[in-house]
Amino acid sequence: MTLLEFTGCALAAFGPALSMFIVTIMDDPVRVIILIASSFFWLLSLLLSSIVWFIFPIKQQIWFGVLISVLIQEMFRYSLYLLLRKAERGLKRFVVHSLVSNNKHMLSYVSGLGFGIMSGLFSLINILAAVEGPGTMGLRGGYSAFCIVSSMFTALTIFLHVFWGIIFFHGLNTDSRNLILYVIVSHIVVSEVTLFNQYNFYTPALFIVFLITLGTGCYAFKTAGGQLPIIDRIKIQNSVVEN
Amino acid sequence: MRENDETPSPRETVPLMASPRNNPSHRDSLTAQEEETLKYGAEHVIKLFVPVSMCMLVVVATINSVSFYNVKDMYLLYTPFHETSPEASTKALNAVANAGILITVVIIMTVFLIGLYKYRCYKLIHGWLIMSSLTLLSMFTCLYIEEILYTYNIPMDYITFFLIIWNVGMLGMVCIHWKGPLRLQQSYLIFIAALMALVFIKYMPEWTTWVVLFVISIWDLVAVLTPRGPLRILVELAEERNEQIFPALIYSSTVVYMINRSDSVDSTTDSQNGFTRTWVEEHQRQQPPLEEIKVCRRIMDQDEKGVKLGLGDFIFYSVLVGKASSYGDWNTTLACFVAILIGLCLTLLLLAIFRRALPALPISITFGLVFYFATRGLVKPFADMLASKQIFI
Repeated sequence: MTLLEFTGCALAAFGPALSMFIVTIMDDPVRVIILIASSFFWLLSLLLSSIVWFIFPIKQQIWFGVLISVLIQEMFRYSLYLLLRKAERGLKRFVVHSLVSNNKHMLSYVSGLGFGIMSGLFSLINILAAVEGPGTMGLRGGYSAFCIVSSMFTALTIFLHVFWGIIFFHGLNTDSRNLILYVIVSHIVVSEVTLFNQYNFYTPALFIVFLITLGTGCYAFKTAGGQLPIIDRIKIQNSVVEN
Repeated sequence: MRENDETPSPRETVPLMASPRNNPSHRDSLTAQEEETLKYGAEHVIKLFVPVSMCMLVVVATINSVSFYNVKDMYLLYTPFHETSPEASTKALNAVANAGILITVVIIMTVFLIGLYKYRCYKLIHGWLIMSSLTLLSMFTCLYIEEILYTYNIPMDYITFFLIIWNVGMLGMVCIHWKGPLRLQQSYLIFIAALMALVFIKYMPEWTTWVVLFVISIWDLVAVLTPRGPLRILVELAEERNEQIFPALIYSSTVVYMINRSDSVDSTTDSQNGFTRTWVEEHQRQQPPLEEIKVCRRIMDQDEKGVKLGLGDFIFYSVLVGKASSYGDWNTTLACFVAILIGLCLTLLLLAIFRRALPALPISITFGLVFYFATRGLVKPFADMLASKQIFI
């Protein structure tokens, strides 16, 4: 049972990220390095926000710690953007047969995934280690869906980080403040909504986060220049019908 | 194109290094040195990431499943103070004293080895290396397999056991000191490094391990960078004599080199048997194709093959990550792992800039130590609070 729960939770949380890594990242050394560099940046942001939290006197005001942490993360995303911009010329020279230079959203996707994977791992890996142990069904007599809810949130967070990465970098590239503002605000909203989890209001929190993920995902898809054949077909059909 | 030309012009080295997609004018503008840096590019970094991660994985998995390596009942001969006192100051003093003794032993041994190498006592050095790798591959492998069998409660008779040990050990000796498939040789080197790291973790007292990690990275810095540092002398002597440094001490990512060479061989045979269309187009732009490839291969044969990393670096990286994981917090382990990889990345970047032997320990171990203590002290309370209240940032 523990093994089943472990596998289920782990795959629910990290399955998408794992397949993204295997399909898009693994074969290109430059992307792997960018992934690790961006996860290192996320680590630095967590370290900084932990230091702020450590100094902060009122530990009951968790929302404040979360807010600070989100702002610091976005700050580090920005500095990662600056670093990547600087490194881009060098990267193009180092790369012999990579597609980094061909697709401008590649960097933002990879760095977003790095942020996501690291934050997902940090929030879930200890829970997974506990689940795998002698026996669990909700930690320490808690709610029995604790682990699976955490895994769902982790999966959504990873997705969100990828989308945020794409939109944020696109906003910086095109100088549109609205996009950057949207990323920061939606990040704050998502993190603050998860505060309800501690009172077991799982369903509304999960629902809101899922909706935000869906919306952000659609927008990121559009930003990255994605096109759905079905929508095109419907458009063509509509125009045919109108005619 | 003259075969005896000692300093080939940059144009000659281009075809294997750069992609054919680069336009010729851009290629001409690059200097020879810039082209050379391509070789220390991303692929080499990954070629070292994978074995380093595998070594750490073996150590972390063993530490977390086999409790034997976590129990402190015996200590190394070189660490006589066992940190049994409850006071922190006494423990710290003990740790510093232990580390001092250990580092003195390391320094004496290194100087002794360099002395032997300088006066060409190759037989003695090889005997020494063979003895030590034999010890690792027989005694410590025995211990390792025995503990795994205990842990998973698998019965095995002595005859089978010694057959396995004999085969594993002898194959390893042959692969490391004579010849064998590259992958097998690399896996044996990784295994040896992991075993050594486990020995350090098991037989060194708690605090001593951390002090030793710190001290040994400083020693690495001194030994490689100061003008009369022993490791620098070793590298320079080896270059002077045009020899490989002993295969039992160095992990080398020769795979890159072999792939490159087989590529060039393929294209040469292609040129004899008939061209594909794109190939012809590429090579008409860069005349004359055949001689260029020959020259390139000569350069690559002469050149240092792939990137090399000392086994000591493997061992101490794994000691750090393994020790971090022995306290049961996976976040700390993960932080140390990423920090060490980033440190290795930076070291390789410096390697591409300075193009000389560099110490691989200082940056990585410093990052690892900083992140270990920071994660354990500062991040853990925050991250645990977030995880237990299911708050996702």
